Amino acid sequence: MKHSPLMKWFASREGMYYLALAFLLVVLLPLVLEPFRLNMVGKYLTYAFVAIGLVMCWGKAGILSLGQGVFFGLGGYCMAMFLKLEASTPEATAIQSTPGIPDFMDWNQLTELPWFWEPFHSFSFTLLAVIGVPVLLAFVIGIAMFTRRVGGVYFAIITQAIAAVLTILIIGQQGYTGGVNGITDLQTLMGWDIRTDEARNILYFICVGMLFLCLFAARFVQNRKLGRILVAMNAQEMRVRFSGYDVAAFKIFVFCLAAAFAGIGGALFTLLVGFMSPSFIGIVASIEMVIFCALGGRLSILGAVYGALLVNAAKSGFSESFPELWPFAMGALFIGVVLAFPDGLAGLYKSYVMPLENKVFKRNKSEAVPAVSTPAAGTTDGYSPMTETYSPEKS
Amino acid sequence: MDNTDKTAIGRPAGKGLGFRKSLMTLAASVVFAASTHAATPSTAEVNTTGLAVTDDTVTVGILHSITGTMAISEIGSVQAEKLAIDQINASGGVLGRQIEFVQEDGASDWPTFAEKTRKLLRQDNVAAIFGAWTSASRKAILPVIEQFNGMLYYPTFYEGLEQSPNVVYTGQEATQQILASIDWAVENKGAKTFYLLGSDYIWPRTSNKIARKHIDKLGLKVVGEEYYPLGHTQFNSVINKIKLRKPDVIFASVVGGSNVAFYKQMKAAGVDFTDEKPLLLTISVTEDEIRGIGGENVEGIYASMKYFQSLDNPNNKEFVAAFKKAYGDDMVIGDVTQAAYLGPWLWKAAVEKAGSFDIDKIREEFAGIEFDKAPEGYVRIHENHHLWSKTRIGQAQLDGQYKVVYETEELMEPDPFPEGYQ
Repeated sequence: MKHSPLMKWFASREGMYYLALAFLLVVLLPLVLEPFRLNMVGKYLTYAFVAIGLVMCWGKAGILSLGQGVFFGLGGYCMAMFLKLEASTPEATAIQSTPGIPDFMDWNQLTELPWFWEPFHSFSFTLLAVIGVPVLLAFVIGIAMFTRRVGGVYFAIITQAIAAVLTILIIGQQGYTGGVNGITDLQTLMGWDIRTDEARNILYFICVGMLFLCLFAARFVQNRKLGRILVAMNAQEMRVRFSGYDVAAFKIFVFCLAAAFAGIGGALFTLLVGFMSPSFIGIVASIEMVIFCALGGRLSILGAVYGALLVNAAKSGFSESFPELWPFAMGALFIGVVLAFPDGLAGLYKSYVMPLENKVFKRNKSEAVPAVSTPAAGTTDGYSPMTETYSPEKS
Repeated sequence: MDNTDKTAIGRPAGKGLGFRKSLMTLAASVVFAASTHAATPSTAEVNTTGLAVTDDTVTVGILHSITGTMAISEIGSVQAEKLAIDQINASGGVLGRQIEFVQEDGASDWPTFAEKTRKLLRQDNVAAIFGAWTSASRKAILPVIEQFNGMLYYPTFYEGLEQSPNVVYTGQEATQQILASIDWAVENKGAKTFYLLGSDYIWPRTSNKIARKHIDKLGLKVVGEEYYPLGHTQFNSVINKIKLRKPDVIFASVVGGSNVAFYKQMKAAGVDFTDEKPLLLTISVTEDEIRGIGGENVEGIYASMKYFQSLDNPNNKEFVAAFKKAYGDDMVIGDVTQAAYLGPWLWKAAVEKAGSFDIDKIREEFAGIEFDKAPEGYVRIHENHHLWSKTRIGQAQLDGQYKVVYETEELMEPDPFPEGYQ
């Protein structure tokens, strides 16, 4: 089954789920939504990148990171630095005391571009940095934490502290980073105006394309032996270690993978929204990202995408309808979901929709077992998310 | 208002809106054509760019944080804007149209401000946006409002260095607030040394830069300059430094919740502001902040603003009475709240002068627009979109109100890009 042709995969149940998501994002939403709403969906999708990373990192491998905003923000800042430099031509900034540097540097009495901004004149360097910088940081954190067997709650606290530190750093160094305002007024990408509706539509489709690449990458990992080791590590870390696997290496890998996804999401966010600010890096943003993942179902990469979409759509919707009460509505939604469906949307789907689906398609039982996230029927892993319990205290 | 109608007169299609949009336009233009006879100037005449204007209503947007950390400051602005809109409606509206508003929450989150601005401009097609408070939220709104050619009426005193064709700044820019107040301290209080203290972001830093240059020009001395992160609550070390260096004036631009800690700790350290040793001159503590800090902790400090609730003029008495009637007797009105109140009135004046809701036509008319019913007295729009206004110094009283002790004779000219202060 694993090596069956692509067409066969698309005809399988799992393939159908991917096709349904593709249909929703590529055909249905662009047709029914105003360009401005579609752009907002694009923004929501950039959070889905983080959520997919969290499914791999937290749902599968049991590493709860409360600092994914850091990686999202680093990816976003890398892209924003490139765009800001492009927008800060000497002609466009002639009014400043030092033309040719970003406006916020001029306000903060800087007279030349700091050295670490220089490489961001190059687009190819920027693309590398979007993934490279978050991965590098994740790697360093991973080496420092996992090789010393720091895990569980302690790891979550440390990631949260890193999010706080980075926010304070960025806000404090406003001459170099734009401070609390962030990096604003981004206009063109290599001469292409990213603010028009056409450009935003194109960026939306690029975002969807990248999302599917990340989904497939995540699926690839989870369906390999590697994916099963991650799950095993979550359930019985000691046993995996005594079986001769280097647990730390696997943890570092999956943490870096999640960071890479988050970095890509951050860069696309900057392109779609047109600015980057420290509020995406901080503790609140990072915890919200965990909520997207939890709501979608932390074991399902597709569920994570829907989770990010729904939470953000609800946030926009509630705040437009009840500008004064919307935080309560959001809170109620989270509490409700966690109490009623601890496995999130994916769990809900599995318990209520799947049985109907089975009736309709008259599938036999053996094919009905795998959940949304698990590979197509008949793969060797035999792992079912419903039977697995997660407890952060374990490690 | 009717949705189809809104789409029909929506912004020029052709930006990838495609078949769906043109079909709706076609359907709705029939509805539209059938309903264009009205008493007041016809909608087609006063609205050529597809704003949300019908024969008897016009829709505007209100965009402030009503949740999150900034809510405490921004709610006053929302109330003032709504009050102004109610009053304008009661007096016949704008070009014969009643003002309706769509309120959105910026949630103290700058990206949300950008998103909501897009929503207000693209979906609601609002004719004006009254909103933003912090510089960061204004900076987030700016690219969006310029791209879609909206008009923002921004109420907060701010750092200057900006002059957007799509913003009207109804608060003071930094030089208006700062230069007059330092001159006052030097002339009336004999100040020679200054200690500059602020929260760490663009407004306090720019303000102190202007203050420092001005102090240098006067040949006087700055003995210290410090910044603390937003929300900082430990001011003991700076208080010690201040006691050591004994400046004549502490020039403070600490904002938000940090103020509570700062003034309480000053008081706990034995500083009595009524002694004026040192004299504390702030550009950031309005009556709203004093409510949080407590009058007993700030009694005696001086503030430099353009408006105090205690201003003694008929306009202001009327305004304060109307505000209290609408929102309760325990309300206080700070500088920004008053500036927010000016927004809808100035917009109305510009629209009526232009005879149109079109943003481009209004923009032509801004320079020279006057508003003599302003609670602060009389204001006029400068061609740089800022207001000519007087600067006043008030001394905080135990009851949380300011007593006005000084007022510039002339209106101060707004100068967002001051020569020699950058």
